[in-house]
Amino acid sequence: MKHLRAINQKARRIEDYLASLDEDVVGLQGPPQQPRPHVPMGCSLVFSPGWEVDSAGGTAGLCQPVERDLYDCYVTCFWPAQVPDHLNNYPDWTAKCAAATKDWRNIDLVFP
Amino acid sequence: MTYRLGEFHAFDGAGRKFLYLVPSAGIFELDEVSATVVARLEQGEATRAELAALAGEDVIDELYQAHAIATTEGFVEPLEQPPAEFPLQTLVMNLTNQCNLSCQYCYEFGEDKVATPEGKPKFMNFETAKASVDYLLTSSAGRRAIHITFFGGETLMNFPLLKQVVDYASAQAAERGRYIDFSLTTNATLLTPAIIEYLSDKRIGVTVSIDGSKESHDKFRVFANGRGSYDIIEPKVRALIRDHRTRPITARVTMTSQAMDVLGTYRHLKHDLGFHEVGFAPVTTSPNRLYSINERGLDSVLDQFRRLAGEYLDYALRGEHHGFSNVSDTLAELHQGVSKSHPCGAGLGLVGVGPSGDIAPCHRFVDSDTHRLGHVSSGIDRARQADFLGRGHINSKTDCHVCWARPVCAGGCHHEAYVRYGDTGHPNLHYCEWIRGWTDTCLRIYGAIAAQNPGFLELFSERKAA
Repeated sequence: MKHLRAINQKARRIEDYLASLDEDVVGLQGPPQQPRPHVPMGCSLVFSPGWEVDSAGGTAGLCQPVERDLYDCYVTCFWPAQVPDHLNNYPDWTAKCAAATKDWRNIDLVFP
Repeated sequence: MTYRLGEFHAFDGAGRKFLYLVPSAGIFELDEVSATVVARLEQGEATRAELAALAGEDVIDELYQAHAIATTEGFVEPLEQPPAEFPLQTLVMNLTNQCNLSCQYCYEFGEDKVATPEGKPKFMNFETAKASVDYLLTSSAGRRAIHITFFGGETLMNFPLLKQVVDYASAQAAERGRYIDFSLTTNATLLTPAIIEYLSDKRIGVTVSIDGSKESHDKFRVFANGRGSYDIIEPKVRALIRDHRTRPITARVTMTSQAMDVLGTYRHLKHDLGFHEVGFAPVTTSPNRLYSINERGLDSVLDQFRRLAGEYLDYALRGEHHGFSNVSDTLAELHQGVSKSHPCGAGLGLVGVGPSGDIAPCHRFVDSDTHRLGHVSSGIDRARQADFLGRGHINSKTDCHVCWARPVCAGGCHHEAYVRYGDTGHPNLHYCEWIRGWTDTCLRIYGAIAAQNPGFLELFSERKAA
C-alpha cells in the first residue's frame, strides 16, 4: 500500500491479504506494481522439467537434460542452497560452459 | 461509480491522521493524498472521476480495498458465529460463596444480586474441585496453556482447598504435557505471611479488591458490623507486595458515586502502597441505587481517566511502565485489532464454577439458577449455552450496529446488562458514551505511541486481550 500505512496487527493482516489477492510473481525488491499482463517466470512455469522424472521413472525421456537444472538454478531461478551464486561470489562459474548440454563437465566445484 | 465514506472512526495522534476501521478493527495511518480523499467524502458522495482528478486512481483503490471508502452499495460483512465447541481456557473456581465482608455494592450479596445460593453448599469440597479441574482439562483440548482463577465469596476463606487444587491440577496438567497457571482475587483481610509465601512460591497471581485510601475504601468495604476494612488490610497488602516476588500484584477498584477520585486513588495505590497495576471499574448496579454513578459522574470519571491516560502516554514515550491497567488492557485490544462477536469470553473460553459444581457463564453468574449452564460432572448443556451466546452475539444487538466502538465493546458486560435490563443480551446503552469516549482516548494514545515510539507497542502483542 502506498497511501495507507498499516499500524496495528489487524491492519497488517488486511494488507497481507490484499497483497495476496492482486500480486502474482513479483521481484523481491521494488514498490508494489499495478496489475499487468501475466508473464510466467521461473522453472516451475516454463517448460523446464526441473527435478521431475519422465514416464518411465528415469530422466532420459525429459525434453531437456538434467544438466539444464544446474544451469536453471544458477541463473533463471536462482537457488543458493544448490549452486554457487552468480550475483555476488561466483559470477564466472559457468564461463567455460557455453552450452550446458555439451559443456557441463567444465562447470567445476567451488570451495567457499 | 460513486463513492462514500466507509465505516470508521478517524482520530489524530501526535499530529498524524489515523483511521480505526469498523468492523475489521484495523488501524491505518493516512498520508496527505488519502486524507484529501477522506476529507472530500466527508462533504458528501463523489464520483470516481472527481476523486481521481483530486488525488489519483491508486489511492481510491487502496481506500476501497481496506473498506475505508465504499461504493453506494456498501459492503456486506456478516460476523461469523463462533464454533459450537470452543475450547475452554479459563475456569473461575468459586471456592466458597461466603465472605467475611459485607460490601453493600457486592453483586453477589448486595441489592442487585442474581445468585440463588439457598440450599447449595457454601464451601466447595475437594471432590467437586477435582471434577472441575478434570472438566477444564478435558474441555480445553488443543490448548497448551490453561488457567484457573480462584474466586469467592472471599477466596481465602477456603485456602486449604486452594492448596489441594493447586497440587492436583499441577500434577494432572504435567501428566498431560499441559501448562497451567493460577491466580486469585481476594479482599486481603485474611492474608498471613505463610499464605503470602505460598502464593509467591507457587507463582499465583493476586488481584486485591481495594477502593483507594481509607476514606474511599471504608465507604463500602466493611465488615458485617459496619467497621471499615482498610486498617486491617493495609499492613497485609504492604507485606503482600513486598514478599510476593514472582508475579505482579494488581489492585482492582470499584468506583461508586461516593468514590470517584480516580487520580487520588491511583496515586495512593500505585505510589503509597506500591501495586504494580491498578484497574478501575464503575460499580455494577441498577440505576436507582444511591451509589450508582450517574451520567455527570461518569463524565467526571472519564475526565480523570483521560488525565491519567495522558500521564501513561508520557511514560510510554519514554519506554517506561505505567500502572494504569485500563489503558494497557485497551491498548492490547487495539494493537491486536480484536473485533469481538461477544463482549468477553464468558460461556466460550471461560466459565465460572460454583461451590456446588454448577457451571455458570462467569463468576458473576455463579450460584444463579437462571443462568446455570451445566455441571462439572456432566458438562455444559449445549442448548443453554447456545441461547446465552446467541443473545450476547453482536449480530443480535441492533443498537450496536451503528456504533464504531463495537469491535472492542460488543455491547458490554452480560452481567451488567442483566442487572440493568433483565437480559444478558441487552446492549449496555447506559455507558455507550463512556465506551466511545474511552476508546477514542486510547486510540489517540495508540496513534501517538505508533508515531513516536512504535517499539513500545510490541509489549501488547502477547498481553491478554479480552
